Amino acid sequence: MTAILTNLFDGVAYGMLLFVLACGLAVTLGLMNFVNLAHGAFAMTGGYVCMVLVNRMGWPFFAALPLAFVSSAAIGIALERTLYRHLYSRSHLDQVLFTIGLTFMSVAAVDYIQGSSRVFIDLPAALQGQFDLFGVGIGRYRLMIIVICGLLTIALQMVLAKTRFGSRLRAAVDDPRAASGLGINVPQLFAFTFAFGCGLAGLGGALSAEILGLDPYFPLKFMIYFLIVVTVGGSSSITGPFLASLLLGIGDVAGKYYVPKMGPFVIYTMMIVILIWRPNGLFGRTAAR
Amino acid sequence: MFERKQLSWAAAVAAVAGLVAVAPARAEDTVKVGLILPMTGGQASTGKQIENAIKLYMQQKGDTVAGKKIEIILKDDAAIPDKTKTAAQELIVNDKVNFIAGFGVTPAALAAAPLATQAKIPEVVMAAGTSIITERSPYIVRTSFTLAQSSTIIGDWAVKNGIKKVATLTSDYAPGNDALNFFKQNFTAGGGEVVEEVKTPLANPDFAPFLQRMKDAKPDAIFVFVPAGQGGNFMKQYAERGLDKAGIKVIGPGDVTDDDLLNNMGDAVLGTVTAHLYSAAHPSAMNKDFVAAYKKAFGTRPGFMAVSGYDGIHLIYEALKKTGGDTDGTKLIEAMKGQKWESPRGPISIDPETRDIVQNIYIRKVEKVDGELYNVEFATFEAVKDLGKTKK
Repeated sequence: MTAILTNLFDGVAYGMLLFVLACGLAVTLGLMNFVNLAHGAFAMTGGYVCMVLVNRMGWPFFAALPLAFVSSAAIGIALERTLYRHLYSRSHLDQVLFTIGLTFMSVAAVDYIQGSSRVFIDLPAALQGQFDLFGVGIGRYRLMIIVICGLLTIALQMVLAKTRFGSRLRAAVDDPRAASGLGINVPQLFAFTFAFGCGLAGLGGALSAEILGLDPYFPLKFMIYFLIVVTVGGSSSITGPFLASLLLGIGDVAGKYYVPKMGPFVIYTMMIVILIWRPNGLFGRTAAR
Repeated sequence: MFERKQLSWAAAVAAVAGLVAVAPARAEDTVKVGLILPMTGGQASTGKQIENAIKLYMQQKGDTVAGKKIEIILKDDAAIPDKTKTAAQELIVNDKVNFIAGFGVTPAALAAAPLATQAKIPEVVMAAGTSIITERSPYIVRTSFTLAQSSTIIGDWAVKNGIKKVATLTSDYAPGNDALNFFKQNFTAGGGEVVEEVKTPLANPDFAPFLQRMKDAKPDAIFVFVPAGQGGNFMKQYAERGLDKAGIKVIGPGDVTDDDLLNNMGDAVLGTVTAHLYSAAHPSAMNKDFVAAYKKAFGTRPGFMAVSGYDGIHLIYEALKKTGGDTDGTKLIEAMKGQKWESPRGPISIDPETRDIVQNIYIRKVEKVDGELYNVEFATFEAVKDLGKTKK
């Protein structure tokens, strides 16, 4: 029984992490209809910024996390203004070619600056190890991930559903022409949203270094996971990717624990089954543009 | 993606890169070594270490041997066998190299094997570690190690030192399976029992569920083989899950505590016992000089890949000395057989039968030395041959 709960806990933590990493992609893909395969590069940037601040400059871990967000968001907005916005109206193939090129460049750049070996972020002692709660092993770091990501998800959902910004964004997505006719500054809105998605990826990258490992090939290695989350979840809301992340996280952990021989296939099998059942993802709009 | 680097490490800068290729008049005085290494991709640290070590050796010993100038032509294969093959073809046909060397992973070494046989030139394997490699061509010689060497030794050691029940966690690819099988063979022959066997996918993001399974199986120790690079993640999650506190030790071949990464792994790794060919803390005068020179030149500690590259280029030098500068491939490979020398890792030799390396395997424990983590050797198994050959 306790084994089930420990696995459930690990799965939820893993899923939450996937969600923070991938939800920026869901936003750009679903809301802005832009295929950004370089998403992982922003995650990696956040991870490396956090690593340099903590390991080399002695910042406390929790102070470095917001900066991982800010720096990825800043790079995101700079690239959006200079490069990405020219590609919004281009075909998906152009977007894919452009962003995959950007990904390779980021890999080479980080490899050049930081070297190719895997890096770790020095964690405070309070985040290390596990404690027992009624016999269930709870990893401190994973608990922190669940707390941070859980709060973020609630905040995101509130912003999108309840605030003026959220309704403007939804309006701009549904019909950009009508929205700008009503006085909404659509390019600015998109730039801001894009930067926010990149920032979230940066935060996810910093959080994931401990669990997934951080090296220059991060954007390529985990691109597939981000895409799975978005395709399974559907890209029309953030609830979809959130539930998909949890499902995949729990499924992956449980699969590896109970059937280790089949473990690596579980996540892909789940994806195939879900997509056969619902080709637009769990929460996809049937009339997706 | 096809990065073509032509590096001339001649001591004199005069041998301007590129000029070498268009100077056929001097071809008879130069010996070309085609070095194929993963310089990009997940195995890039292997390539970098070998490249560094060869540079260091040529700085120390000069770039001329037996009246011939040694020229290194480096090609990146990113550890993808197709690219290895293309690179080897180009080197042999266009550049007319006298040796091919390097090979970060087993599939890469195997991809080049038929070419070495056809062209009759020596293939010096400086990294890849499965046993079969040297059987694939009579022109292959190896200066790194085989997984059988370290895995059988740690199996013997474990069973004699009070470890009776072991759970294994190995990466699911050829070297991982080699490590697992040779360990199991010797460990169970000595009376040990493998209680849990898990193979993890090579591109594995999270060890947590596998480790939880290990913890619930309550073994005396976990036998681990993961590619260099994943070792750090493994050790961190091992500690996070409290397996160290549950009294479960980590044993394995030395890849998991590679010197390259060891110091960043944190104190969780303390006490890990591994069997391996080389530790930067090996207490010999020669090794102290080697480590100091390597650190000075490249700012990092040399790992076992660096020492394999260092010995590989040494073997090429010695073979040329023995043939008196004759570059006939068959004569060179004959000259390599039976070579014996003192390496930074200790005394080593090339088995004349199998062309594979014979070396000491050391049992080491991770300890803190001057504030840094090192594999400290405490037992030695001398002159270990490769026990994994299929033809016995």
